[in-house]
Amino acid sequence: MTGMSERGPVPEAPVAHSPAGTGHGAFDGHHPPSRRRVEECVHCGFCLPACPTYGLWGEEMDSPRGRILLMKEALEGHIALDDVFVRHMDACLGCMACMSACPSGVRYDELIEATRAQIERLHRRGPLERAYREALFAVFPHPGRVRVAAVAAWAYQRSGLAGALHARRWPDRLPGRMGRWREALRALDGLMPPVSLGAVARPLPRQVGPHGAPRRRVGLVAGCIQRGFFAQVNWATVRVLVAEGCEVVVPRPQGCCGALMVHAGREASALRSARALVDAFEGWELDDVVVNAAGCGSTLKDYGRLLADDPGYAGRASGLAGKARDVTEVLAGLEPRARRHPVRARVAYHDACHLSHAQGVRSQPRQVLASVPGLEVVELGDDQCCGSAGIYNLVQPEAGEELGRHKADLVRAAGVEAVVTANPGCNLQLRRFLGPGVPVFHPVEVLDASLRGRPSLAGAQGV
Amino acid sequence: MGALEEVKAELARVLPPDAVVTDPAELATYSCDGLAGYRTTPGLVVLPTSTEGVASAVRACSARGVPFVARGSGTGLSGGALPHAEGVLIVLSRMRRILEVDPVNQRMVVEPGVTNLAMSKAVAAHHLYYAPDPSSQVVCSVGGNVAENSGGAHCLKYGFTTHHVLGLEVVLPDGSVVELGGRTLDPPGYDLRGVFVGSEGTLGIATRVTVRLLRLPEAVATLVADFPDPSTAGEAVSGIIASGIVPAAVEMLDNLAIQACEAATGAGYSLDAGAALVVELDGPREECLGRFGEVEAICRGAGATRVRVAGSEDERALIWKGRKAAFAAMGRLSPGYFVQDGVIPRTALGPVLARIAHLASEAGLRVANVFHAGDGNLHPLVLYDPDRPGEPERAEELATRIVELCVDAGGSITGEHGVGVDKACSMPKMFSEDDLAVMARVRAAFDPAGICNPGKVFPTPRLCGEVIGPYRPHPLELAGVAERW
Repeated sequence: MTGMSERGPVPEAPVAHSPAGTGHGAFDGHHPPSRRRVEECVHCGFCLPACPTYGLWGEEMDSPRGRILLMKEALEGHIALDDVFVRHMDACLGCMACMSACPSGVRYDELIEATRAQIERLHRRGPLERAYREALFAVFPHPGRVRVAAVAAWAYQRSGLAGALHARRWPDRLPGRMGRWREALRALDGLMPPVSLGAVARPLPRQVGPHGAPRRRVGLVAGCIQRGFFAQVNWATVRVLVAEGCEVVVPRPQGCCGALMVHAGREASALRSARALVDAFEGWELDDVVVNAAGCGSTLKDYGRLLADDPGYAGRASGLAGKARDVTEVLAGLEPRARRHPVRARVAYHDACHLSHAQGVRSQPRQVLASVPGLEVVELGDDQCCGSAGIYNLVQPEAGEELGRHKADLVRAAGVEAVVTANPGCNLQLRRFLGPGVPVFHPVEVLDASLRGRPSLAGAQGV
Repeated sequence: MGALEEVKAELARVLPPDAVVTDPAELATYSCDGLAGYRTTPGLVVLPTSTEGVASAVRACSARGVPFVARGSGTGLSGGALPHAEGVLIVLSRMRRILEVDPVNQRMVVEPGVTNLAMSKAVAAHHLYYAPDPSSQVVCSVGGNVAENSGGAHCLKYGFTTHHVLGLEVVLPDGSVVELGGRTLDPPGYDLRGVFVGSEGTLGIATRVTVRLLRLPEAVATLVADFPDPSTAGEAVSGIIASGIVPAAVEMLDNLAIQACEAATGAGYSLDAGAALVVELDGPREECLGRFGEVEAICRGAGATRVRVAGSEDERALIWKGRKAAFAAMGRLSPGYFVQDGVIPRTALGPVLARIAHLASEAGLRVANVFHAGDGNLHPLVLYDPDRPGEPERAEELATRIVELCVDAGGSITGEHGVGVDKACSMPKMFSEDDLAVMARVRAAFDPAGICNPGKVFPTPRLCGEVIGPYRPHPLELAGVAERW
């Protein structure tokens, strides 16, 4: 009996298993990490220099091939899914830089996702950790709740409460036994972006016609974090697509795409979200399904595999996946039509891992930026993860912070006025470590500024 | 308390808590290096960050006769860093500081965990680089390069690690710290640095390495020539060398290797070619480009079916990325492989490859070949499935037969990967008992107790399955101090 042959609903509780009998070792029978995929790793070590956690700690168990070896040991029943095992799987950012580096084409993404789903079912975390994770997932994958959080953040920032608490360094004042959570709360506080209430409040149009002769009919995935904290990016996306001759549809109601849950191993809720999004995009007859958040895009493109077990959705899910494109892919595929005005700025482009490593989209955002006259784009010379990685910086705050500082140092050394990146998580993380001196934009915001004739990026983040 | 337990307790006291690994699952991740066919879970792993840390670990072992093994990035292909089950694995991956760069005198001082490529990157702004370039240069560490005297594609023209290491700081097997060599090319006295480089971790642990740097060449030109079969390609190589050209590199891939590289990198190799040659010239622009035309003509004259000249730096980099991914890309063809490292006279290429193909079909296994063709260093990759009963053993046997075939053809059992555990049993095929005895005495001069990477390089009865002689009681048993169970 192999994992692939077992199709069925996601168990909410551990699937009954006897370690000796099932052949999955410490894993249960519902999609354990594939033995065949595990064995594609020949242990050459080419992934080590690409892996941010190996870079931080220099130890095998926090490297891709080390984690794969742990999965193999667990598959063979030599080790249990205990705290040590879970710690090393949790420490993985899921940035997939190892997949870009791997000469053998090992599908680390499938392996870590399968392992994490097993951990969520079979391993019981400590009570504080559990509560914290539940709280995060009670907010982030729900656009409505993110919006409430965004308004709360706005109030927190404007009321003077933030300033007062910062002056008193509030996370530091937690009692000693809360030590582990101090960093997490500091991260949560530091990651809060400046919220524009206007953008949050104004709903996106349901359907908006193209400017000039129609070229494509596209549907926009509005996201959760993007909608709550970066509504202006969605607005800019709609404007540039329309200006380039696309009819833009924003199907409603739209929930979360499931990416955050997939990456955290919360399989059942991930699949619920994925099904709902497939339903939302049903019947629109779109050329492309446009995504402007890298993490969502990589998951959307994987819907076919995610929902393969569900006969009612498998076909439609892979149909949607086949149409999913990052907004920069769509723009790069269209000969520029709308007039670009010069934007005089020197910016760095930061590759979001889920765009570059997970989707292989590297040249398209650069191409979009290159179409803007006057804009100088600087390479950072290092495409390592910024440490955001979904909710990573909230659940692994120390590592997230170290990587964030490293990336910020690189940006400062490049002497740029702004950073451009195509993922809200990276955006939040970079803002936190760069401070207000170096703003962070999405590529469509830069293009939008150019199309609207704004000579500098200062006003780019308008609605 | 056992000796290993005592070492564990002592190192837990003197090293930081995160530098001592004792959890069984974590230890298992160190059970093999790049040669995954051999696995032993180490008794203890330590990750020191300084020479003093390494010396403490070695002293703790030495005081109790506990074996230890040094490991860098764990990419070796002869099992040189295979751990000892009752011993300590000393991992140098956290010692990765670049200590000094001296661009004017063209040298740098680094810790052993610095990767080969990181050294070149650190000095690229000065138009300098570190010449030896093993295919794993993105990840392999200079400490490991020193232990294995690593080579690479460009060693045909520029020489091996030993030609580029000036001096070493070494922790000897008794825990003392010494300097070997110096900062100049040829310090007076015995060349102990030369003895140490390539000693495969059996004489001590390098904790600081001073290397020479070369100027980046003014021009580089690279081509890929397709041939109907490896023998024809071999004739082209002989033609190039006979014309007096010293290429920076001449690499050959057979069809199976081409398939793997192409699947991994899409570097543009022809999937239908029987063999591909990568030829690179470098040096002053006039000379390099002038002679490049000659190389192209020789290839065509020898029967090349297609010659592709790299038109840009990106294309050149991609060709090399493809070639250097060859071993690592084998996962696309097979879940397991043994890579061999034989050296043969270039002229013997045709017959040796024919014989390898014959042995492979006899064993019912596939063998891919990657070849540093310029210096006769052959890398046959024996592909096998670890889950098929008996296949790993058959593959290992085939790999051994191939290596011994190289010796019979007038070559050697290893060109650059080292002997390690993998080829230890083939050493008597190449060396006489006297040769081996002399080597053993050199080793004993550094490591009289035999605790420094034991079981490597030299054949042992346990490793090589020799018939063990009749039981004779150990003097300690006779004295009633110890007993056998």
